Amino acid sequence: MPMIFGIPVQALMGQLLVGLINGSFYALLSLGLAVIFGLLRVINFAHGAQYMLGAFVALLVQQWLGLNYWFALILAPLIVGAFGALVERSMLSRLYKLDHLYGLLFTFGLALTLEGLFRWQFGASGQPYAAPPALTGAVNLGFMFLPLYRGWVVVASLVVCLAVWALIEKTRLGATLRAATENPVMVQSFGINVPMLLTLTYALGAGLAALAGVLAAPIYQVSPLMGSNIIIVVFAVVVVGGMGSIMGAIVTGYLLGIAEGLTKVFYPEASNIVIFVIMAIVLILRPAGLFGKEA
Amino acid sequence: MTPLLEVRDLNAWYGESHVLHGVNMHVQKGETVCILGRNGMGKTTTLRSIMGIVRQRKGTITLGGRDLIAMPLHRTARTGLGFVPEERGIFATLSVEENLLLPPVIAQGGMTLDEIYRLFPNLLERRRSPGTKLSGGEQQMLAIARILRTGATTLLLDEPTEGLAPVIIDAIGEVLQELRARGMTVVLVEQNFRFASRVADRFYVMDHGQMAHEFPVGELSARMGMLHETLGV
Repeated sequence: MPMIFGIPVQALMGQLLVGLINGSFYALLSLGLAVIFGLLRVINFAHGAQYMLGAFVALLVQQWLGLNYWFALILAPLIVGAFGALVERSMLSRLYKLDHLYGLLFTFGLALTLEGLFRWQFGASGQPYAAPPALTGAVNLGFMFLPLYRGWVVVASLVVCLAVWALIEKTRLGATLRAATENPVMVQSFGINVPMLLTLTYALGAGLAALAGVLAAPIYQVSPLMGSNIIIVVFAVVVVGGMGSIMGAIVTGYLLGIAEGLTKVFYPEASNIVIFVIMAIVLILRPAGLFGKEA
Repeated sequence: MTPLLEVRDLNAWYGESHVLHGVNMHVQKGETVCILGRNGMGKTTTLRSIMGIVRQRKGTITLGGRDLIAMPLHRTARTGLGFVPEERGIFATLSVEENLLLPPVIAQGGMTLDEIYRLFPNLLERRRSPGTKLSGGEQQMLAIARILRTGATTLLLDEPTEGLAPVIIDAIGEVLQELRARGMTVVLVEQNFRFASRVADRFYVMDHGQMAHEFPVGELSARMGMLHETLGV
């Protein structure tokens, strides 16, 4: 059996794939966080709960309405995005004039409330959600078997991340968003409805989290705790990438996912902490993050 | 004749600090009006209150008969009011052309990009550069140019010559003459008295948050004693 650094290629590739899949979720979630932080300057602790909501919407529209995965992939971001817009308009927007801490505390409270409600209604244990029939099975790549659904997750996440990056960096809407990040009052004085822009941005971030939740549903169990399990790692990703940096969030998400996967191969005991060790080193050497602008 | 812009008994605050104490002024369509005054007398606050950037304000502000006091900032801009702040407000993350294209066109009659580049040839040469990499004079040109594209009919200009070389100040003077020829209404805050006397039709002199004097450009020489006393010019 071929080996690399004394590790069977199949095992190495398997863990690399696991790392890439985790990285896909890290990238999608940290992208949403970066978009929200970049414009609203809110550290959205409810992001994990919005990811969990996305997975539950997929599960519930299947159980109640018989709608399949592909419908859920469109519906969940729309429903959770609309919920996010409602939360931003009715509550979060009242906190912008206060210290950032209030936004953080509010979203933290929202996350606990949502998680508590879903635990009360559905219990703490996870519920299975089947992958769509078209994406079941695996392909033999020669050196490993690639489960189709996992391959789809990596590709879908990459496409969505690049599309959001292009939207923000290459379009006029994106230029408006970037300008509003720099000087919202000036942008508003041009006749642009910045409060509406903030609402739509929060909705976009929440929608991205929900999309990640639907993609995750067939891989992990749909559980009220699935958001809180991942969100701390995602915050570490955002810090390493640079708060508010879109490309930083995407690239760091994948890289840290892969780093975590490879650590599982070479030194499994450290796999749960490797991302936080990297975060500590980056914070010491480059406090603004790998892609962040130094203050 | 009914003024295009009318301000009556305007009071404004920054937190607890009462800055404007009943400002009264009016501007006719096509007129260039200059607000003079020493530092800290409330000139910039007057412009920012008219625009709606300072929200703690009371009194009456009408533009073309429309009351601006209760209007949100983004709606105020859509009445035809354009604001160029003293710090210019150029966006570092956007190129010169992105800065130019950022404000939406709010009315017919604004300049096209080609017209703007004809009026400001420097901006054409540097259109791909980040906005904040321009010189101070070019940034000022860019700040004015991007409002001209929107079709705004009234321009609020806060100290456009601040910190600029004399040759650039002359160029800005020419641009203001061009705007006047096009029928644009301009409210200008200036400390550069020489520049103001070349471009303005009428003057207000501000003192302690109020308009203390008002006179047309024709009375300038007769008012030099007062200006010397009030402004030190």
